Amino acid sequence: MALNANVPAGPLEKKWERRRFETKLVNPANKRRYRVIVVGSGLAGAAAAASLGQLGYEVLCFCFQDSARRAHSIAAQGGINAAKNYQNDGDSVYRLFYDTIKGGDFRSRESNVYRLAEISNAIIDQCVALGVPFAREYSGYLANRSFGGAQVSRTFYARGQTGQQLLLGAYGALSRQVAVGQVRMFPRSEMLDLIVTEGRARGIVVRDLVGGEMTCHAADAVVLATGGYSNVYNLSTNAIGCNVTAIWRAHRRGAFFANPCFTQIHPTCIPVSGDHQSKLTLMSESLRNDGRIWVPVQANDPRHPDEIPEAERDYFLERRYPAFGNLVPRDVASRAAKAVCDQGRGVGPGGRGVYLDFAESIGRLGEQVIRERYGNLFEMYDQITGEDPYRRPMRIYPAPHYTMGGLWVDYNLMSNVPGLHVLGEANFSDHGANRLGASALMQGLADGYFILPAVIGDDLARVSPKDRFPADHPAFQDVRKEAQERISRLLSARGSRSVESFHRELGELLWNSCGMSRNRKGLMAALERIPSLREEYWRDVRVSNEGEAFNQSLERAGRVADFLEFAELLVYDALERDESCGAHFREEHETPDGEALRDDARFGYVSAWEFAGIGRTPVLHKEPLEFESAHPSQRSYK
Amino acid sequence: MKLTLKIWRQEGPRAPGRLVTYPIEDASPDMSFLEMLDVLNGRLLEHGERPVAFDSDCREGICGMCGFLIDGVAQGPERLTTVCQLFLRHFENGVTLVVEPFRSRALPLIKDLAVDRTAFDEIQQAGGFISARTGSAPEANSIPISKEVSDRAMDAAACIGCAACVAACPNGSAMLFTAARVSHLSLLAQGHPERTQRALRMVHEMEKLDFGSCSNHGECEAVCPKGISIDFIARLNREFMKASVFDTMEPVRKV
Repeated sequence: MALNANVPAGPLEKKWERRRFETKLVNPANKRRYRVIVVGSGLAGAAAAASLGQLGYEVLCFCFQDSARRAHSIAAQGGINAAKNYQNDGDSVYRLFYDTIKGGDFRSRESNVYRLAEISNAIIDQCVALGVPFAREYSGYLANRSFGGAQVSRTFYARGQTGQQLLLGAYGALSRQVAVGQVRMFPRSEMLDLIVTEGRARGIVVRDLVGGEMTCHAADAVVLATGGYSNVYNLSTNAIGCNVTAIWRAHRRGAFFANPCFTQIHPTCIPVSGDHQSKLTLMSESLRNDGRIWVPVQANDPRHPDEIPEAERDYFLERRYPAFGNLVPRDVASRAAKAVCDQGRGVGPGGRGVYLDFAESIGRLGEQVIRERYGNLFEMYDQITGEDPYRRPMRIYPAPHYTMGGLWVDYNLMSNVPGLHVLGEANFSDHGANRLGASALMQGLADGYFILPAVIGDDLARVSPKDRFPADHPAFQDVRKEAQERISRLLSARGSRSVESFHRELGELLWNSCGMSRNRKGLMAALERIPSLREEYWRDVRVSNEGEAFNQSLERAGRVADFLEFAELLVYDALERDESCGAHFREEHETPDGEALRDDARFGYVSAWEFAGIGRTPVLHKEPLEFESAHPSQRSYK
Repeated sequence: MKLTLKIWRQEGPRAPGRLVTYPIEDASPDMSFLEMLDVLNGRLLEHGERPVAFDSDCREGICGMCGFLIDGVAQGPERLTTVCQLFLRHFENGVTLVVEPFRSRALPLIKDLAVDRTAFDEIQQAGGFISARTGSAPEANSIPISKEVSDRAMDAAACIGCAACVAACPNGSAMLFTAARVSHLSLLAQGHPERTQRALRMVHEMEKLDFGSCSNHGECEAVCPKGISIDFIARLNREFMKASVFDTMEPVRKV
């Protein structure tokens, strides 16, 4: 099957305008007859559900949390980018576009990235209108800060809680649509499968996590905004409920999965403290603006950081990357931290950590300024580690954080399955092989507020609400039965091992073989191990037999079962991509000074995988990447 | 370290509940309270017993999904802390702790420590928003807002909707929660057009649901993990009184 990215013709900067003009419009009187399902209520999902509701569509919105306001977008700390150029420091739409595509190491679709930069300014306007209390200067105008990987100051922020504030803005808009009856909200509901018949997504199967009932919901289009899959690594910065189930089930029903191996490891997280660890906590990388990263020059240096004199400290990012210093992109910073720890120079328990030191900034700016900028982050660090970062350098270590890969979508954010649209982190579209800081919030809101509502008409025009399948259609009931059987099987699992122990084993396997750096041998070994681990899981897992109603052990068991299937695809993709690019670092391909060595001639494409059955090699489809405007260059942050 | 937990176990809303004692022999001071419950649940499952149901998601104190009472205190004894960010190093070795769900008529119990907070969503739906249609926003810097006002709005907007305030209030009032949203939006210029209706609608909705009234105990502020000040309740009262004098409530309309 040929992939059609459906990119409008014409020059880059005219494509989005052209697409909006070409898009079929749905007559306002007809909009209310169309029903759209939105799964997920984070930035992308809530913004889409609210905006589609405003347009007059009937919207059903589902989330697994107890309220739409709790989706994991809420945990984003640092900020959101936009090309406002309020600082007069040389920013522009083109520069934001170029930085994003370069940061993604030329593995994203140029037209999508340009559109993202183009829309970025309208997002800030919209958020302010909805009451997002962005930081302001004393003049009353909006403040900006610079953020990892950027040399201009274009990041808007609300203390260290930007994601929370943006989400509460979108949640407000969504709440209004619920109030007027345009959106029906289904909290504590988990999508377990997608119904695809006659070449189109028709609806979803959902389990009510409180009562345990499984129901089918039919619609004219299905939108997945279900976030990323970093939890495949078990320990990540994601909320513990984040999962791959919705997009994996859609993949099994025919949606192609693009670039699954592009997983971002965030450099500034609090290191693991013990086996009990349930998640890793991110410390916003905005901290890198004022913190200096270092390790002792000597390996296994047991001294307290205060006792290590300046000459015996290695500020390894400043040393290796004099131009960008501590602000190099996330993948570069993460690998550099791993490298010094591999040399035995790591700090803290287990030697897996590097210092992030604010002493110099506190001396220069005063403690009050640092407190204003990062107060809540410092408190959080103190709370978790029991150490005061005003007095002692923080310890940080990389952790899985964001997944650039996701379901393949065309320019209109529709998957290869007509009627199935994918937004936000759940799609693959804008970040290539590495996402820049403060770009995830921008993408989620661009997709939800502005892109999908503008183009969904093209897809809906192909169908009539009269032809919508009834939810008791056999096609729905068959899929529901399958999902029910899976649940019943898990409920009767009386093995000897907990779901968590399997998840931990899978996570460790992937972290070691397919984490910050990868090689053929390790990947081959992982491919061998995953199927047997999966087989052990179904044979030996133990799930609480308390029944289907509010059974959290059962919820987790279903999610881990899907991670165990998905993990294999992730490793296949990492193996097939025999180059280094962005976050995907293959040890076989590095420059003499240890940087990622891209191979544009052989791998200048998006890998879109087709499901071929469990235990079978997935089928690779390639979408070639062409660059009209931003010409691929070797990334250099020296 | 060693702890003894007395945890409220209740299979469902209509089932009888009781406190069950669980000794924890080998907890680490670096564990969060929820991680300790994870470990306990692993053991219960191993012995064929039903794990303790409790809500949580982000586990970094921002999503507001977790929360219960520890020795009668909503979100536990540490100030400005949710139970997911409450680390065992704050407890004495050998301590006995009573762990119960939030108790309020407006927050019906689901199972063990998990409660239903749908009422909070209903208060928001009544008016906790600014009706700015996507696409209709003016240039973001066209309305300057003083830093002081913006910071004050942010102080209120920091609410995570965990419902500790309701659980701590002897009247089961949701005033702090409602006041936080009303204050956040009425402080900002963008929120002014709907200011009076917002106050009327949200207060009316709150009263319609099973929440009690505020009688200025201040327990809500004391337990709030985000330090939301009861000054915002005073602000809500002013907003509501002014609104009641000058306006009458109207339903939310589609456009």
